[in-house]
Formats: sequence, structure tokens, C-alpha cells
Amino acid sequence: MDHIPILKVDSFLLVTIQVELHDDLAMSLQDDLTQKLLKTNSHGVLIDISALEIVDSYIGRMLSQISSIVSIMDATMVLVGMRPAVAITLVELGMTMAGVRTALNVDKGLALLRRSLDEGGRTGAAP
Amino acid sequence: MQNDKGLAAVLRQHEGKVLQDWTGALQEVRRHGAAGGGDRDTHAQARGFLGAFATAIRRSADTDLTGSDWDDVRALLTELSRDRAVAGFSPTETATFVFSLKQPLFVALREALADDPKRLSDELWAVSLILDKLGLFSIEAYQKGREEVIERQHQELLDLSTPVVELWQGILALPLIGTLDSERTQIVMESLLEAIVDKEATVAILDITGVPTVDTLVAQHLMKTVAAARLMGAECIISGIRPQIAQTIVHLGVNLDGVITKATLAGALQTALRKTGQSVQRAEPLKAGT
Repeated sequence: MDHIPILKVDSFLLVTIQVELHDDLAMSLQDDLTQKLLKTNSHGVLIDISALEIVDSYIGRMLSQISSIVSIMDATMVLVGMRPAVAITLVELGMTMAGVRTALNVDKGLALLRRSLDEGGRTGAAP
Repeated sequence: MQNDKGLAAVLRQHEGKVLQDWTGALQEVRRHGAAGGGDRDTHAQARGFLGAFATAIRRSADTDLTGSDWDDVRALLTELSRDRAVAGFSPTETATFVFSLKQPLFVALREALADDPKRLSDELWAVSLILDKLGLFSIEAYQKGREEVIERQHQELLDLSTPVVELWQGILALPLIGTLDSERTQIVMESLLEAIVDKEATVAILDITGVPTVDTLVAQHLMKTVAAARLMGAECIISGIRPQIAQTIVHLGVNLDGVITKATLAGALQTALRKTGQSVQRAEPLKAGT
């Protein structure tokens, strides 16, 4: 699989990572996501990593980076569904992903996105 | 045969007498020392040990005690010492079991070898060596037994000390009691994260009222737990910060940035309720007379 599908749900982009995230795949995800963000004019991105059992420091950094890139492009990213074991590993590696918003599952992630967009005075819908 | 008047022979001839003297001595020790298991146990143990000891002596005269001839003796002594460790005997009482065998053996040897002082001193020396080694062995086994007890208690303590409770819908509390070392932090972290998934919690309250001291290491462990919970999408509140602890934290220059801290668990719960969009209201007051 060369690309990770990016779905447009409502006015957000939903990325569900179902396969092991290789370095190349992460790079292409970063590219695809930024392109799609521009094309759909979305203001919210949801990345679901509940299927990932292993997240190494490189992938962790990539996710952090994607979050920064998305926020520069005037959108909000929420990382959802991290497993306990993954969270512990990342913390032990010293990666606390300080700037990244997180939520327990897609449901709560969507709620968080809506709330943060409301606070920002923007409507979630693309014009 | 060189051994026909040695220890093995003496033991064979006078086993009953030696056993009697020995259990007498053991009872004497018991009377002076603290109370423990019954006399009957001690008697049976002494009989079993003396039997194995006599057999081993007969088979092998070396004072090394490492050969397979001594397996029975070692096994008996190990079991006995461990039992005593678990039952709360002192090291002295445990070692005395073996050492009190000296006198009866010496008496028996002296009677048997009264006419040969040189042989007597040789035999006494050999017996003394063997019994000293057995005594040390017994202490080692005792020590191991104690360590097992401590290890088990440690494990039980770990299991008991990490309760995660659901305070309200979506709000978890983790009352921490005792010192936080890295091993405990790991277990605390794991159980907290599991509970966050289970209960779909969005706020977790770490209550450190029961943590006696907070140094840089403990603070670091707390911050790790907070960071891990945040990665899972749950916010952490640290509560129960006593004045003394607050002072220590500031003096040590510990950085608690990005973590909500509250003095009391009640304050933390209030904040958590607000964060989850819930509120608790006082019920309509009862009017007097109606």
C-alpha cells in the first residue's frame, strides 16, 4: 500500500492508519495531507492511530511535525486512539508531543475539533 | 577399618542417646527464647535431621558437604530454615538448631574415645567443622527464605497500591499512597491508562496526599504519567499538594508547567466537572414547617 486514505467527513479530514506506518509511508502521508487540506479547505484533521501497536521516535516526530504543519496552514489536528503501551513507550523515549492535541477516540476527537473551531470563531464548514 | 570408632560408628551406636540429649538442649533453648512452633515439630525435625546426618556421615567422611551424599541433609536443612524464616524465628534460633547438636555429639565422642585423646581431638575438630558449615548453610537458607517473604510482600504492596477509581462520569481518580519509585510509576501509569480506555475518561486526577515527599525524581515520574495520559487524550490534574510539598517543589525548582495543580481533591473534582461540562447542584432546601 503506497498511500494512506484521507477521507473527508463533514468538514474535517479523517485519516485512519490501519497498517504499520513505515518511514516512507509517513512522508507520503505528510505530503498527501497538506495537499488535501488545501484542496478541501478544511480546518480540522483527525488522525486515528488506534490500530498502531508500535510507534517509534521517528513516527512520533513525524506526527508532531504534521501537527505543526497543519496548524501553520490554519487548521487543527487531533491525534486520537493512542494505545496505553504506545503512550508509555513515547513518554519513556522523552516524546511528550507537547503541541499535539489528543483525544481518546474518534468520537471525542470530533467533539474536540468542533469545540476548538467554535472557540476560534470559525465555522467548521468549508465555504 | 579406620572409621570403626569414628563419628559414624558413634552415631550408629548412640543415636538414641544423642537425639535425646539434643532435643533436651533444643527444648532448653526454646524455654529461654521466644515461643515458636510446638515441641513435637522440633522433635520430629531433629529425628529426621539426625537420621539424614548419620547416613551422610557414613557414606562420605569429607568435610566439604558438597557431594551428592549430603543432598538429603542439605534439603532438610533448607526446608527447615525456610519454614522458620516464614514462621518468624530469629536467625539465632534457626542457627541454634544445628549448633546445639555439638554438645551431645561431643559427649558421645568423648565417651567412645576416652582412651585415645589424639583421635578424640581429631574427631572433635572434624565434627566441629561439619556442624559449623551446616550452621552457616542453615543461615543462608534462612536468609533466602526471608528474602522471598520480602519479595512477595513487595509484590503484594505493588498490586494493592494502585487503585483507579471512577469519581464521576469520565473522571478518574488515582489516590497515590507511599513513595513513587520508577517501578511503581510504571505500574501506576499502566493501570491509569488502561482505566482511561475502559471508562472513556477525559480527566484523571492524581491525588498525592499520601505521598510523603516529592523530590525531583518523584516529580519527574508524575510528569511522565501526566504526559502519557495526555497522549491518550485525557487531561491530568494533580491534587493533594500540601503546603510543605508545595514549598519543596518550588525550592527544588521542579517544573510543573502545563499541569493543573489543586490543593485538595475537592478542588480537583470541581475543575474536572467544569472541564467535562457537568455540574453538581445543591438540592432545593427543605422549608421548615411545610
